[in-house]
Amino acid sequence: MKGWLLALVQTGLLAFGAPFLAGWVKWIKCRLQSRQGPPPWQPYRDLLRLFGKEVVVAEAASPIFRIAPYVVFSVTALACSVVPMVAIGLPTAAIADVIVLVGFFALGRFFLALAGMDVGTSFGGMGSSREMTIASLAEPAMLLGVFTLAMTVRSTNLASMIGYLIEQPFQLYPSFVFAAMGLVLVAVAETGRIPVDNPATHLELTMVHEAMILEFSGRHLALMEWGAMLKLMIYSVLLCNLFLPWGVAVDFAPLSLLIGLGAITLKLLLLGTALAVAETGLAKMRLFRVPQYLGLAFILCLLGMLSHVILEVN
Amino acid sequence: MTLTQLPLAEQFVLTLAALILFTSFLLLAQSRIVSLIHTFAWQGALLFIATCLMALTSGRHHLFISAFMTLALKVFFIPWQLRRLVVRLDIRREVETVGNASLVMIGGGALVLFSYYVVLPIRELSFLATRNTIAISLAVILIGMLMIITRRKAVAQVIGFMSMENGLFFAAVVATYGMPMVVELGVAFDVLVAAILFGIFFFQLRSGIGSLDVDHLNRLHEVDR
Repeated sequence: MKGWLLALVQTGLLAFGAPFLAGWVKWIKCRLQSRQGPPPWQPYRDLLRLFGKEVVVAEAASPIFRIAPYVVFSVTALACSVVPMVAIGLPTAAIADVIVLVGFFALGRFFLALAGMDVGTSFGGMGSSREMTIASLAEPAMLLGVFTLAMTVRSTNLASMIGYLIEQPFQLYPSFVFAAMGLVLVAVAETGRIPVDNPATHLELTMVHEAMILEFSGRHLALMEWGAMLKLMIYSVLLCNLFLPWGVAVDFAPLSLLIGLGAITLKLLLLGTALAVAETGLAKMRLFRVPQYLGLAFILCLLGMLSHVILEVN
Repeated sequence: MTLTQLPLAEQFVLTLAALILFTSFLLLAQSRIVSLIHTFAWQGALLFIATCLMALTSGRHHLFISAFMTLALKVFFIPWQLRRLVVRLDIRREVETVGNASLVMIGGGALVLFSYYVVLPIRELSFLATRNTIAISLAVILIGMLMIITRRKAVAQVIGFMSMENGLFFAAVVATYGMPMVVELGVAFDVLVAAILFGIFFFQLRSGIGSLDVDHLNRLHEVDR
């Protein structure tokens, strides 16, 4: 019973912490560009305002357009419940492993792309086609990276992966170094951050995610944007907890839960800062360079797997 | 011996080995000449750190001499020399498109697998904890060769050749704590002379065929005219 309650609290923390992370990245980025910047809690205000607005739906829209925001958001929220953030050993962790998590994202993306094409504007179709191109290249790389980790810890369940890594004394796995590099590149592509997609603008011909949600308004838009923030949050928590698992609570004692909460907050703030620094330093690349970029991610994950086989076993 | 039984320093050597392999892949895909030279220098630097660590953990201090020779030659002198040549030949901004880059990368991955299977029986002969990296060094050698085959510009081919030498040196260090000093000095001197000779060769090539693209050598001037 306590476990289920904790799982609920953890999912809530992930869902309601996500806008803060997005706002934090934006705030640090503004600071680095010596601008004032909106405060980190600005996304909460934006979401609240959008939820209060009326929904305008295009005449040509089909039911898919109406249900897509709910599907995208609920699938992402379901994915939230699987990710161990503060503690491991929660009952929800048994629901799904990391392959199902990738499947959740694929389902959400499928509906997002459908909704983008639904109204029939040229921007939406363009965004959908780009999103699917990027996803079809990013997904194999991500699965390869995940399998590399799974081969070392002998499980694809996220909670038992992290549990195994905490139990072991510190080891420097060459395969983890590569998997971490590859998964960071994949995460940047999947969450639409700067070298691949620019999250800050609606005015570019090269936009991907924004082009798909251009037709949404009101609470539909709010759900879509919240879903995108959740995705960023999930990827950040995964990267933090898989590659720097220290601090994650292994039991449900109040003290260790508190340490777990503090550790993940600190890790996420640091990761957000690193992301903001990277986004300030890098320029958005041309769309036709993205396959090359994801090819690099794939090679990194492949090298991770090869170095596991060559260097780590016997 | 599994990874978890090794001390941390040797785990670090293994990680460095994997990173050296990664720089080989970068060399294979890099299309800008100056970045190519920089990546080659980074590979040398990783080799230097790995050799130093091996020297420290094994207590064989003659390895430090080879390590510092690597630092002086492959991290500073040869990249500097190549860079100077590139500036003098005025090809700094030249971009070479690697024909079908993804296929070449897959070929590189296949070479890694191939060298793993080839090395499996050889590995049993070595008693060092780092013997697993012999496969990696063989892969670095083969990828250097693949680079010579796929590239058309002479500078890139020279870098492929040098990275093959890196692979050989690394194999010697991780399999048997380095070759005898005389051999190592000889090889280092050879590489040094090769770097200088290649410089002369670049100028000859350019004055002869007006380009560093060795594909032009396939054509007979008399026939085409």
